[in-house]
Amino acid sequence: MTPLRVLAVLALVALALVPVLPLGPAQEYIWHVIIQIFLWSFVGNAWSLMGRFGLVSLGHGAFLGVGAYATVLLWNAFGLTPWIGAPLAVALTVVLALVVAYPCSRFQVVGHYFGLVTLAVGEVIRLLIVAERDWTGGSLGVTLKTSGTASGAVSLQFADKRVFYYVGLAAWLFGLWVWWRVDHSMARSAMEAIGEDETAAASVGIRVARFKMGITALSAALTALGGALLALYLAYANPDTMSGIGVSLRIVFAVVLGGMYALLGPFVGTALTIALSEYLRIYFGIKLIGIAETIYGLLLIVFIIFLPAGIYGSVAQALRRRVSRPSGRVPARA
Amino acid sequence: MLDPIFLLEAVINGVLLGGVLALLALGLNLIFGVIDIVWIAYVDLVALCMYAVYFLVTWGWPLWLAGLGAIVVGAVLGALVHLLIITPILASPPINQLLATGGLLFFIQSAATLLWSTDHRSIRVNMPTIEIGGIFVSFTRLLAFALAILAMVALYFFLTRTYTGTAIRAVSQDREAIALMGARPQRLYLVTSAVGGAMAGVAGALLIIQYAVHPYFGGAFGPLTFMICVLGGLGNMVGAFFAAFIMAQVISVGGVIVSTEMGYVIAFVIFIVLMFVRPGGIFARRA
Repeated sequence: MTPLRVLAVLALVALALVPVLPLGPAQEYIWHVIIQIFLWSFVGNAWSLMGRFGLVSLGHGAFLGVGAYATVLLWNAFGLTPWIGAPLAVALTVVLALVVAYPCSRFQVVGHYFGLVTLAVGEVIRLLIVAERDWTGGSLGVTLKTSGTASGAVSLQFADKRVFYYVGLAAWLFGLWVWWRVDHSMARSAMEAIGEDETAAASVGIRVARFKMGITALSAALTALGGALLALYLAYANPDTMSGIGVSLRIVFAVVLGGMYALLGPFVGTALTIALSEYLRIYFGIKLIGIAETIYGLLLIVFIIFLPAGIYGSVAQALRRRVSRPSGRVPARA
Repeated sequence: MLDPIFLLEAVINGVLLGGVLALLALGLNLIFGVIDIVWIAYVDLVALCMYAVYFLVTWGWPLWLAGLGAIVVGAVLGALVHLLIITPILASPPINQLLATGGLLFFIQSAATLLWSTDHRSIRVNMPTIEIGGIFVSFTRLLAFALAILAMVALYFFLTRTYTGTAIRAVSQDREAIALMGARPQRLYLVTSAVGGAMAGVAGALLIIQYAVHPYFGGAFGPLTFMICVLGGLGNMVGAFFAAFIMAQVISVGGVIVSTEMGYVIAFVIFIVLMFVRPGGIFARRA
C-alpha cells in the first residue's frame, strides 16, 4: 500500500469513529456540522461531474429543490415512505434534467448561454414552489410531517443524529466512487474533448449529445438524492435554501474554492465554507450579521484570481508535479 | 373575466417597467459587448447606487444632486471593479470571470447586510398619480421612464458622436486591430467600465424613487437583466432594448392575469425556449 492509501484508510476509520468518541457537551453540534459537510460535499461532487467538462450549470438548485420537495411532499401528502419517495424524486429530476439537456445539446447551447439557461431553470423551479403555496408551503417552506406511529425505518426520520452521520458518510463515499468511476472511464476522454471543442469532438465520431445528456442526468440524479437526504435530515425544505440562484451559486462556489478537477476538491471547498461560516457565526454571534458571507465573497474573488484550480486542486497539482514530472493526469485546463 | 381596464393598466405598467429594465440591461450589455465579460454582480452595483442616493438624500441633499452623486459613485465603482477584479483575470477562461463577479455579488450583498442591515429603505417622493380615462399611472414611474429613455439616447450619442465612443465601438469589433491603430484597449476597457458603472448610477437613481432598496435587491432584478441581454443578443443594444419591453410586458400582464410569480415563470420559460430556438438572441441574423 502506498503512503497515500494508508492515509486515506486512516482518515476513513477516524471519520467512522467520530460518532462513537466522546466529544463533550458539543458533540451533537459537531455531528450536525459534519453531516452537513458530507451532504453538501456530495451535492458539490455531483455538480463537478458536469462542471469539470465545461458544462457549468448555474441551476443545480432546480435539481436539489425537486429532489427535496418531491420527497417531502410525497411523505406529507400520501405518507409514502422516502424509500420509494426519494427514488421517485430522483426519477422526476432526471426527467427534468433531460428535458433541459436535450435541447441544450441539440441546439449547442454552451458556455455563458448554458449557464444562463440553467440559471433560468433554477429560478423557474424556485418561483413555482413559491407560487404553488397551497401545497408547497410557499416561501415559508415546508416541514416534514413527523413519523407518528410509523417506525423510523419507514419514515427515515431519526432522533439520533448518528444515524444520519453514517447515511451522510455513505452518501459522500458513494459520490466519490461515482466521480472516480467517471474519471477513469472512456467517457471522461470523450467529455473532455467535448468540453474543449464540440464540433471537433463530433467530427471524430464522439456522440456529443448522448454524452452530454448522460452526464447531465447522472449529475442531476445525484443532486436530487442529495436534496432528498438534506430535506430528510433537516426535516424541512425552503425554496430559497433548496432551489434558485442563491443555492445554485453556493454549490458552484464551494466546488470552485476546493477545486473542481480534483476528487476531494468539492469536499475541501464545502468543508472550508461550512467551517468558516460556523466559526464566524459563533465568534460574532448576531452582532455582525453578514460578516461570514462578506469574508466568503472576498475569498472567492481572491481565489479565482490567484488560485483558479482551487485550494485542494492547486495543492494536489503541486504535489503531483513533485512526485512525477511527466504526468499526464494534470488537468489540461485549470 | 378580467376587466379590460386592468389589462390596459398592466400593459402601461409593463411599458414603464420595460424602460427601467432596458436601462439596466444597457450598462451590462455595454460592458459585455466591449470587454466580453458578464458582470453577474451588475444589478448589485445598481443597488449600491440606490443606497448612495438614499443616504445622500437623508443627509439633506436635494434629490437631483443625489442622483448625480450616484452616477459618480457608479462610475467609480465600475472603474474599481475593472481594475481590481477584471484586469487580473482578463485572460482566464470565461467561467472563472463569471465566478469572480459572482463572488463580488456575494460580497456586495453581504457587506450591505453587514453595514445597513436587511431593512427596506425607500425615499418618499410626493408626486401625483395621473389619471387618463380611468387608468392610473404613477408620475414617478413616468418620470423614471422618460429619464431612462433620455439616458439611453445620451449613451447612443456618446458611442456614435465622440472619439472615445467610436474607439469603444471599434474595440468591441476587433480587439487586436484597435491596438494596431494606436488606441490602448486597456484604457478603453476602463472607460467602458466607468461608463457602464455610471449607467448603473442612473438606473439606481431612477429605481430608488419607485422601489425600496435592500441588500438582496440585485437578486430580484439580476437574473432578469441577464436574460434580457441574452435575448437581445449579448452586446446588441438595440436588441436588448426591445427584449426589455417584451419581457416587461410578459411579467406585467402575466402578473395581472395569473399571479406575480407566474408572470416571472412565464417570462423565464419564454427565455429558455427562445434560447433553444434562437441562441444568438431574437434579433440575430441567421448565420
